[in-house]
Amino acid sequence: MLLGPALGLSAILFSLGVAGVLLRRNAIVLFMCIELMLNAVNLSFVALAQLHGASGYVMVFFVMTVAAAEAAVGLAIIIGIFRHKQSVDLGNINLLRG
Amino acid sequence: MTEVVFYILAVAAVLSATLCILQKNPVSAALWLVSTMFSLAAIYVLLNAQFIAAIQVLVYAGAVMVLFLFVIMLLNLGHAESDIRGPSTVAATLVIVGLLAIELVGLLQYTPRQLASELSQWPTFTDPKTVFVAGELTQQESVARGVVGAVAAPLFQVYLIPFEITSILLLVAIIGAVVLAKRKV
Repeated sequence: MLLGPALGLSAILFSLGVAGVLLRRNAIVLFMCIELMLNAVNLSFVALAQLHGASGYVMVFFVMTVAAAEAAVGLAIIIGIFRHKQSVDLGNINLLRG
Repeated sequence: MTEVVFYILAVAAVLSATLCILQKNPVSAALWLVSTMFSLAAIYVLLNAQFIAAIQVLVYAGAVMVLFLFVIMLLNLGHAESDIRGPSTVAATLVIVGLLAIELVGLLQYTPRQLASELSQWPTFTDPKTVFVAGELTQQESVARGVVGAVAAPLFQVYLIPFEITSILLLVAIIGAVVLAKRKV
């Protein structure tokens, strides 16, 4: 059944994604770490769908749709920021800092 | 046999994810993330979700990562210097992620039986044997109607309204991406 190992792998991948978001300053790598976290959540949905029926698979579809929409809009925002700052380093984006 | 393959793939996924968050070159980071996604797709096959595995390869490893690589190369970011934050942030990250991992890795001990016994204490589930009927029904249905049919039936019957709302979400994302990336509004 592999429920426990799959949930554990999902937990490890999610933690790695959080670590990446906290560690990196490159906005694009940060987005990739968010995708990694979404993938980890998908893995736990698929693992639990073995027990609880096909609703888990449907949720994976919705998560993938949201991830694709988020990637498209987020990368458009990054392109806009790059036009203004000539950089995607989050250390340079401090307009709201007091 | 299945477990050995699962652990090999799990190690591959964790290693590529670690390399993804530590590579300073965004292109290498993206390619390691593709490797993680392929390992996850193989794990989905082991977990009897063949259709989800195909979608994972097509949508994530295909479309989304091509979009990322396209933007990296459009902005010419392929030769960036290291962008890892300073030592104090690294220490704080280790503490936060350590706590999160300790919390989450408790899930490793879960077996279907333990989950059943915990769910049976919930008032709505009386008999532990009835908890996992849905999963068995799904497996029977995927034998009877094929892997795609077992996923499509709930998607177009139970979850029809959320499915239609998803199309509005995608429309909003398309318009938003075009407006945001346009040079002048």
